[in-house]
Amino acid sequence: MIEQVFTASVFAAALRLATPYMFASIGEMFGQRSGVLNLGVDGIMLMGAFFAHYVALMTGSAVLGVGAALLVGALLGLATAFVSVTLKAEQGISGIGMYLFGLGMSELLFQRLVGTPRSVEGFSAIYIPLLSDIQFLGIGEIFFRHNILVYVAFALVPISAYIINRTPFGLMIRAVGQNPQAADAMGINVARVRYMTVILGSMLAGLAGAALSVALLKVFQQNLTSGLGFIAVALVYFGRWRPVGIMIGALLFSFVNALQLQISAIGLNIPSEFAVMAPYVITIIALVFASRQTEKPDALTKPFERGE
Amino acid sequence: MNKRLVTLLLVMAALLVGVLPTVNAQDDVFRVAAVAPSATNDLAFSQSMFDALTLVDAEMGDAFDFVFQEGTFVVDDAAVALREWAASGEYDLIIAHGSQYGAIVEELAPEFPETSFAWGTDQNTFGLPNVFAYTAAAGEGGFLNGAMAAMMSESGIIGVVGPIEVGDAKLYVDGFVAGAAAIRPDVQVQVTYIQSFSDVPLATEAANTFVANGADVLTGTAQMVVGPIAVATENGIPWFGTQSSQADLAAESGVMFQVYRWDVVLMDMIASIQGGTLGGEAFTLTLANGGLQMVMGQRGM
Repeated sequence: MIEQVFTASVFAAALRLATPYMFASIGEMFGQRSGVLNLGVDGIMLMGAFFAHYVALMTGSAVLGVGAALLVGALLGLATAFVSVTLKAEQGISGIGMYLFGLGMSELLFQRLVGTPRSVEGFSAIYIPLLSDIQFLGIGEIFFRHNILVYVAFALVPISAYIINRTPFGLMIRAVGQNPQAADAMGINVARVRYMTVILGSMLAGLAGAALSVALLKVFQQNLTSGLGFIAVALVYFGRWRPVGIMIGALLFSFVNALQLQISAIGLNIPSEFAVMAPYVITIIALVFASRQTEKPDALTKPFERGE
Repeated sequence: MNKRLVTLLLVMAALLVGVLPTVNAQDDVFRVAAVAPSATNDLAFSQSMFDALTLVDAEMGDAFDFVFQEGTFVVDDAAVALREWAASGEYDLIIAHGSQYGAIVEELAPEFPETSFAWGTDQNTFGLPNVFAYTAAAGEGGFLNGAMAAMMSESGIIGVVGPIEVGDAKLYVDGFVAGAAAIRPDVQVQVTYIQSFSDVPLATEAANTFVANGADVLTGTAQMVVGPIAVATENGIPWFGTQSSQADLAAESGVMFQVYRWDVVLMDMIASIQGGTLGGEAFTLTLANGGLQMVMGQRGM
């Protein structure tokens, strides 16, 4: 029974499912570490997913699709930063506005430019030579038979941790997120840092959308993300604003999701409602514990006013 | 200005506002308004109704007109549209295309007794004289699809991706399982209800899970099946569909599709309304009455 449930394909599925969360959550982490909450992640993901799919459909190139997703993510990030940083709008409300814009605009563009769901060739799985053949504990299947964006998502964890913890830019991000007045007094341009993190985060949100539409699903449909971006925001809290914590949260959530699909597929007598509920319940429980030892940036959601 | 004059003007304005919306369309055009939870190009439930209205429009020409509000997954949004249409008095038939809209129809219909409402999939008219109900005997096509799937499967394992265990989705899945078992009692039909009509990522991973467990034929129902169809196509395995034809997306994987022809019941409803009967009847699409059609895909048997 145990062998039937905990198969290598379940663990491999968990890695695939975690990929869009990793991009979106790590991107959101950059913004939040600098003090900007972006609740529009899901809308930006939808726009990234649409443009990646559309460009891949038109050109036959998934790489160009990813480029389009990054570009549209950057543009929407610029708009988000303008509203949140320059106009100092209430970040929760403006984020919801961006989400609704992305939801509606991606649907409108899809209706006008594509019309009906169509599949693209997208990124295929890359079997890493030798490593993908490792049979021991299913390691080859679990880790080394994925599309390129899955590898990129996991490579992003040490890269982003390095940027945040070991570079002058990361130091500026942390300073701006913890105490923007002090950072400003030290000569750091608070607005510029926040613009950069929000744009970077939004580019990663666009990439998360592309991961869905040209790598994992290879199709676009209205509201493709089904609220995935909001889970990504929750995972930032779960991961206590650290890339490794975010990765653990994304993997836990995705693993439970993959597990419930496996349990259902092999016909174990567990009501599907309970199985589907499980990932969310576990995430909520984990969030409760995470909130007890929070390391939330002090200036999160607070617009910067010089001289306050 | 004299207070009495102001009061008189306000009363007259209120009367006008109250009277005008209740004036039904007086021309010869039969007007229909419909809400549906997803998009008109979802290759599934909402598209089946939109396609049917388009067919009726083509058949009746200038004597027919319709508006279609798609994407009203939020029931309260649908309620606003339905109430506005009913209050306008411009529509001869208002369709709430989704079993989640039943409570709204039950509430609105008595308030607008001169307007005909239809909703589905269900067979409950709430005992109201101006409510039609409609459903699809989706199990019929499901049975055929299941029987053919069992014949095609070499591994003896078939995967079914369902949304929520209700309505025509449940009928289709139950029919499919019964059809497969009727042809090959030893066949293993694995069913997963993902508890969502729209979660494409989860539906896709459910299909991947089936393939990983040896399934060599897939089927599913509701608008999130675009993901499982892509999985079938990528793995080169047969796909059986329902609600609308998914032949274009499924391409060489598509074997057979059960297509809902709501236009069959729409024409009956229109005839009833034009004859003075505004509701009180339930309709069912079946293979026998032509409301369900089996359409071959590119792959064939």
